[in-house]
Amino acid sequence: MTQVTPRRIVVLAGGLSPERDVSLRSGRRLADSLRQAQHQVDVLDVDAGLVTTLQRDRPDCVIPLLHGSAGEDGALRDVLEALHLPYVGSDPAACRRAFDKPIASSLVGRAGMAVPKSVALPHSTFRELGAAAVLDAVLDLVQLPVIVKPSRGGSSLGVSVVREGSALPAAMVAAFAYGDTAVIESFIVGTEVAVSVVDTDTGPLALPVVEIVPDGGVYDYLARYTAGATEFFVPARLSPVGLAACAEAAVSAHQTLGLRDWSRTDLIIDEAGTVWFLEVNVAPGMTETSTYPQAVTAAGLNLGLLAGNLVERALQRV
Amino acid sequence: MNRQADSPTGNRLDPWIDSYAARTRGLTASSVRALFAVASRPEVVSLAGGMPFVSALPVDAMADTVARVIRDRGAVALQYGSGQGDVTLREQILDVMKPVGISAHADDIVITAGSQLALDLVVRVFCDPGDVVLAEAPTYITALGVFSSYQCEVEHVAMDAEGLSPNALRESIAAIKAQGKRAKILYTIPSFHNPAGVTQSQERRTEILQIAQSEGILVLEDDPYGLLGFDGTVPQAIRAQDGEGVIYLGTFSKTIAAGLRVGWAVAPHGVREKLVLANETATLCPSNFAQLTISDYLQTQPWLEQVEVFRGLYRTRRDALLESLATMMPSGTRWTVPSGGFYSWVTLPGGLDAGAMLPRAVSALVAYVPGTGFFADGQGRESLRLSYCYPEPDRIREGVRRLAAVVKAESEIAATFGSPRAAVERDGLGAPTPDLA
Repeated sequence: MTQVTPRRIVVLAGGLSPERDVSLRSGRRLADSLRQAQHQVDVLDVDAGLVTTLQRDRPDCVIPLLHGSAGEDGALRDVLEALHLPYVGSDPAACRRAFDKPIASSLVGRAGMAVPKSVALPHSTFRELGAAAVLDAVLDLVQLPVIVKPSRGGSSLGVSVVREGSALPAAMVAAFAYGDTAVIESFIVGTEVAVSVVDTDTGPLALPVVEIVPDGGVYDYLARYTAGATEFFVPARLSPVGLAACAEAAVSAHQTLGLRDWSRTDLIIDEAGTVWFLEVNVAPGMTETSTYPQAVTAAGLNLGLLAGNLVERALQRV
Repeated sequence: MNRQADSPTGNRLDPWIDSYAARTRGLTASSVRALFAVASRPEVVSLAGGMPFVSALPVDAMADTVARVIRDRGAVALQYGSGQGDVTLREQILDVMKPVGISAHADDIVITAGSQLALDLVVRVFCDPGDVVLAEAPTYITALGVFSSYQCEVEHVAMDAEGLSPNALRESIAAIKAQGKRAKILYTIPSFHNPAGVTQSQERRTEILQIAQSEGILVLEDDPYGLLGFDGTVPQAIRAQDGEGVIYLGTFSKTIAAGLRVGWAVAPHGVREKLVLANETATLCPSNFAQLTISDYLQTQPWLEQVEVFRGLYRTRRDALLESLATMMPSGTRWTVPSGGFYSWVTLPGGLDAGAMLPRAVSALVAYVPGTGFFADGQGRESLRLSYCYPEPDRIREGVRRLAAVVKAESEIAATFGSPRAAVERDGLGAPTPDLA
């Protein structure tokens, strides 16, 4: 049995993003798991008092679990590095690559993975060039049906599936409510999966592939966070070849983007067996309905011990 | 082929998913409600929740009251009590209701854990699934939750600057009858309406009552703000005109303290008996501790002077809101001018969608409740409720400043794309939790 060295850990959760509620629940659940693994854990919000608190109390390690830009764009981790605090997760530069969907897709696509055709445009482009003309041009390239989403964000906030051109302007407005740049991306038909990755001594390991089947057909906010609204299959109902392809894609994304410790990659595998990269998350959700904890359980692992191991890896980096 | 030949059973992460009652269908996660989690942060000016400004209460007096209740009547305060509520408090409530013109007997009163529970019990006692409840357009958000939980149909009735429209009420009733349905209850908030901020004139109240009486429809009058008119005038309750056809809901949440959870219903004899039994089924009895605290407070404190203090500070806040709206909001924005209570109903210019705009607002550190939350049928997209009861006047001004910038930015986005109508998204109950300012 692995000996656990109890550590003093701070889990950062909450923040000011629209995903604050999800982050708080993720943080509390992870903290509970870590406490069961014998660690001393405090859950702290990111506010004006945080830096002072961290400097004064100096935990052994920090686990940033903020969702949305506050925790996933690298800025918070820049601060942790400035404070010389060990932390679990990707470094700031990797976060910046991963959190911006167009950048992540571009890098992953250049590494050989299939990525849906997409265009990312700021609102100013539509304003200056005329929305109708730009949308027509984009649809010539990307073709309906499309997904419209903010270029940065999570939990499906601001995301719309558009099957008719007349619905596109409203979808754009919805996406721009969450940021200045929106992505219009080809809608890929296939099996939606989430693949969780964790770094080990022998390299990144893909945990069992989770298949996601939302009742309403779209994995929106309601489907993600209402227990019972989505059916999950772990492992996904794919052939061994399909499962392996998804695992390989997630590990490849993790490595291509230079991610560290843990990540979750969202993919679609189509009928032909092509695995399409959608996005990657450097602070995976840990709520009751999140896929990362499901994958950990399906792998026969314990979330508290897994996270504890990542804490030890973070400490070794100091 | 990529799919497995056999199909294992999936996991819905809820072993009871096939067991829930049909009435729970709307109880789902809500991205709107999640945004209100951000509103609890001090950086955000929340004009969303309707939290009374309890800091204005005399804390020392409250502490003395609570200490006295425990010291002198602890054996009663900490014990179960009557399912109808403490008789002394019921008698005191008769005095509390005198300003609104209600003359009743202490036995007509049922004390509940907040008037929210009284509302729930009345609907429980009267409404079968499919029964129609007439409600103002818009109406109190949590009343909609009650109606939904009892599987009622809600028919919204138009309001104007004077509140519920009698003509619209007649038309709605006729339409319901033409469908072969029965309207059981007319739910109304006649004074300083939540969320609309408007108040029914006395003439309207009489006409509305006459319509309800002629149609055999029970009037459920919800009056949390009746004593909070800013010019000191107290509108006379509809119940003051009819003791058999009106059930009146009152509460101490806005005049004393919401945290004590003490409200009441005044109902005719036959209804009251059923409400008592329903109250006992729900909570066994209202909290003796809370009731005795309220009772002692009413007896020992100049509670009406405290109500005047509340009126003054809410009036100041209302003024700050209205001045800010007038000077800062983009042209085309409209709002109601409340003469009491906590809220103003704002309608955005250019057909903007208040729900779609909320994420932008929260990112800009201001929060409000989108108008669709106050309708059962998807109306209200262009409107929102602003609450001025809790933030200090300077914060209210700052909140409106931020909101005005958000409206301007949203207008630019909408103009770029031709002011499209957003698709209706799946969402759960889109209201802030009660403890959010």
